[in-house]
Amino acid sequence: MTSNEYFIIIIALLVFIVIFQIAKASEFVSILRGEKRAEKQSNRINGFLMLVFLIGGLIAAWWCNHVLYDKTLLGVPAASEHGEHIDTMMWITLIITGVVFLLTQILLFWFAYRYQESDKRKAYYYPHNNTLELIWTAVPAITFTILIAFGLYYWFQITGEAPKDSMEVEITGHQFQWEYRYPGKDNVFGRQHYTLVDASKSNPLGQDWNDVANHDDLHPSEMHLVVNKPVKLIIRAQDVIHDVGLPHFRLKMDAVPGMPTTLWFTPKYTTEEMKKITGNENFVYEIACDQVCGVGHYSMRGVIVVETQEEYDKWVATQKPQFLTAFPNGLPSTTAGAPDATGLQNSTVAQVEGQH
Amino acid sequence: MSNEAAIQSGAIAHEVQEQADIHHHHESFISKYIFSQDHKMIAKQYLITGMIWALIGGGMSVLFRIQLGFPEATFPWLEDIFGHWAKGGRISAEFYYSLVTMHGTILIFFVLTAGLTGTFANFLIPFQVGARDMASPFMNMLSYWIFVLASIVMLSSLFVQTGPASGGWTVYPPLSAIGDAAIGSKTGMDLWLVSMALFVVSQLLAGLNYVSTILNMRTKGMTMTRLPLTVWGIFFTAALGILSFPVLFSGFILLMFDRNLGTSFFLSDLVVNGNVLPNEGGSAILYQHLFWFLGHPEVYIIILPTMGIVSEIMSVHARKPIFGYTAMVASLFAIAVLSFLVWAHHMFVSGMNPFLGSIFVLLTLLIAVPSSIKVFNWLTTLWRGNIRFTVGMLFCIGFVSNFISGGLTGIWVGNSTIDMHVHDTYFNIAHFHIVMGVSAFMGMFAGVYHWFPKMYGRYMNNTLGYIHFWITLICAYVIFWPMHYEGFAGMPRRYYDYSNWESFKQFAELNKVISFAAIVSFLAQLMFLVNFFYSIFKGRKVTSKNPWQANTLEWTTPIHPIHGNWPGEIPEVHRWPYDYGKDGIDFIPQTEPVAPGESGDH
Repeated sequence: MTSNEYFIIIIALLVFIVIFQIAKASEFVSILRGEKRAEKQSNRINGFLMLVFLIGGLIAAWWCNHVLYDKTLLGVPAASEHGEHIDTMMWITLIITGVVFLLTQILLFWFAYRYQESDKRKAYYYPHNNTLELIWTAVPAITFTILIAFGLYYWFQITGEAPKDSMEVEITGHQFQWEYRYPGKDNVFGRQHYTLVDASKSNPLGQDWNDVANHDDLHPSEMHLVVNKPVKLIIRAQDVIHDVGLPHFRLKMDAVPGMPTTLWFTPKYTTEEMKKITGNENFVYEIACDQVCGVGHYSMRGVIVVETQEEYDKWVATQKPQFLTAFPNGLPSTTAGAPDATGLQNSTVAQVEGQH
Repeated sequence: MSNEAAIQSGAIAHEVQEQADIHHHHESFISKYIFSQDHKMIAKQYLITGMIWALIGGGMSVLFRIQLGFPEATFPWLEDIFGHWAKGGRISAEFYYSLVTMHGTILIFFVLTAGLTGTFANFLIPFQVGARDMASPFMNMLSYWIFVLASIVMLSSLFVQTGPASGGWTVYPPLSAIGDAAIGSKTGMDLWLVSMALFVVSQLLAGLNYVSTILNMRTKGMTMTRLPLTVWGIFFTAALGILSFPVLFSGFILLMFDRNLGTSFFLSDLVVNGNVLPNEGGSAILYQHLFWFLGHPEVYIIILPTMGIVSEIMSVHARKPIFGYTAMVASLFAIAVLSFLVWAHHMFVSGMNPFLGSIFVLLTLLIAVPSSIKVFNWLTTLWRGNIRFTVGMLFCIGFVSNFISGGLTGIWVGNSTIDMHVHDTYFNIAHFHIVMGVSAFMGMFAGVYHWFPKMYGRYMNNTLGYIHFWITLICAYVIFWPMHYEGFAGMPRRYYDYSNWESFKQFAELNKVISFAAIVSFLAQLMFLVNFFYSIFKGRKVTSKNPWQANTLEWTTPIHPIHGNWPGEIPEVHRWPYDYGKDGIDFIPQTEPVAPGESGDH
């Protein structure tokens, strides 16, 4: 330890001992002065502190909001339509719970201050009142019903079927990286099976090369999406559960081994537009893993680029199918030692469709 | 009724016999302090074991807050203590994940389940229902010592070479099932499962005892509707535990099989570190259902006893009956039933069918209704009271404040639409720490300060208590309030370092503030521990049987109650426990017969 650290520990210990001694002494004093009087005094002090805490707390909450608001996404428009629904839902809930919060906290600390012990007052014997109790059963129940109705209305829109014209992108998580796959020109994902996964043979996604649909599938290092065009993500995991977290789109979905999941949305702003909106030169859409997946969980970062159709087409043209990386000279006749995959029932599309 | 009378007269005969034994009964050190069958001693054992665990679990949070607040800094003393887990004076990522996992496990199960219910159920049930001890004192002792066994196994997992479990306190497979996926999923995980299995056994033994004591051992006149709310809270907690812990147990057993016997209950289609695993056909989601079937009732297992404690203490120190006793019991009952029907709201984004999710939204917001009733009833209890700010009372007010704050954000996360954005972010961390971490601790502290005179015949130091309360309340809000904002930015929980993230790195300063508040708060808890142990031996002595002028039966026992609680006969009960300020009389103990001309029943 450095001398500095010793110093801090000694100071902390001294403060501790001083507080302890004062507390001990105050007890002796209270016995000398008469316990009743001491009790009354501490009652007044604590009653007053209740009021101080209420007012100080409300000011602190306002200040906290003032300092932190711009660092959150509260002031940044959601980058997807679904996200806008979620924001609306959040604001409705914020207003309702905010009013209840203020009301109940003010009453709590005000009552504590106002009804502190006094010789002049006798406590009011008030064991129950059915009307009151009925009111505060019914009012929350009705409020919650409204919140449920709004919530589920949006929930079913968000989790409903993706539009027919949406593009499809597959995203697969493994410790501690995301892999992306595009269906290529034929718009069909080739078959894959987890037993075929072999990164050393340039097949990190277990694609079955016997399926020609695989031959044009792209495997880029980041995800590119087209602005205002719905996209359906097919989400997979290879080893443990991960989660595709998209804070700017306000969406999230787990990636579960053995059970592909889906998520669809329509990006509203290109990355360039978001740079202007947020005023942040370095803005990128980030994919954050939101389900603890091991020691590298915090570094499991992906990037989404949202761009115009033109830019997207240009980008696609530069991408080389994974098949050509694995077999620069075309498919050898022995099919790379892979088991016969014709019997495998794991065709991506078929299974995903079956899920929903 | 005749049945009940028969049981009671039988119990009384039994007690008279027991009482005769007590006078000749000489206890050795071992039978009095170690293998004690006295409910009061077992309660203290639970309390002190819980405190040791709280110190360890809380200390872990200080360590990982150091990492989160000061990710760039190095502290050589960390390496002095933890060796290669903190190489170069910086907590390693492996260590970080073990710390957050064990922090959750320890505080939720070992402190706020065993420590909290174990203390107050054992201490208060026999006292407040008017019984000489638990229905089965031996089983009670057994439950404590199995808890100790579970503790030893869990503690030993901290010292194995590959470290303790590190997959989060929920230990979701496949991460927790495969040793190659994380070093914490090697030996540490097996020990974790063995320890938790023992823990479940201990909780079942304890819970059965609580329920049977409350149902069968009440003194004459103590009908169910005259039970103090503390006992009601504990009763529902015990019932929840008995019904849900076995499901968790089954999940753990299946996980053990998957880990060690090559089964595939939760595993399918896995490629770990480049190796294709043979498991097929299992479902990772199945484990989550089994886990949360306990996991959600668990938060009510934690909070219901404190709700009871707070209701009782608040009524005593407001010198006013608790408002709406029947509604309070009914809402406890409603919470207990509904808590079994909301578990999958932890799984809205797990890939579960969204329609199923919508049902759980409905049921989740339904459970908020009884919770709101309770809050309004507590507020009305304070209204026009004559409030004495004892330390216990202060913590009750702190409890209600935190329960409101954390409860209201529950309405956010319980709605799947909002959950989709804030799930597994700091918003969630803030929500559950406030509503079941801070609140439950507030309730527990209230109980300790309030019943300390009964436990040890002395008071705790008031000034230290006041300082403890105010620092704890302020720090709790400083720590958790701003976390909501981090959640609004989508900042994920369980990240070791945020500095490489464009979306989250703006909170570096805030994280320093939070870590600082966490350390101060931890020091304040040390002050509480010093106060507690100092006061056991040196505290101001209690001079009257009933120092708080309370109505319940525990205050009719001698200042230092004997084994068997009452030297003479067990008192008879004539009224409910909340006659404060009735007919202008400050308080009327439960043992007081109804006077002629007294105004009607509550």
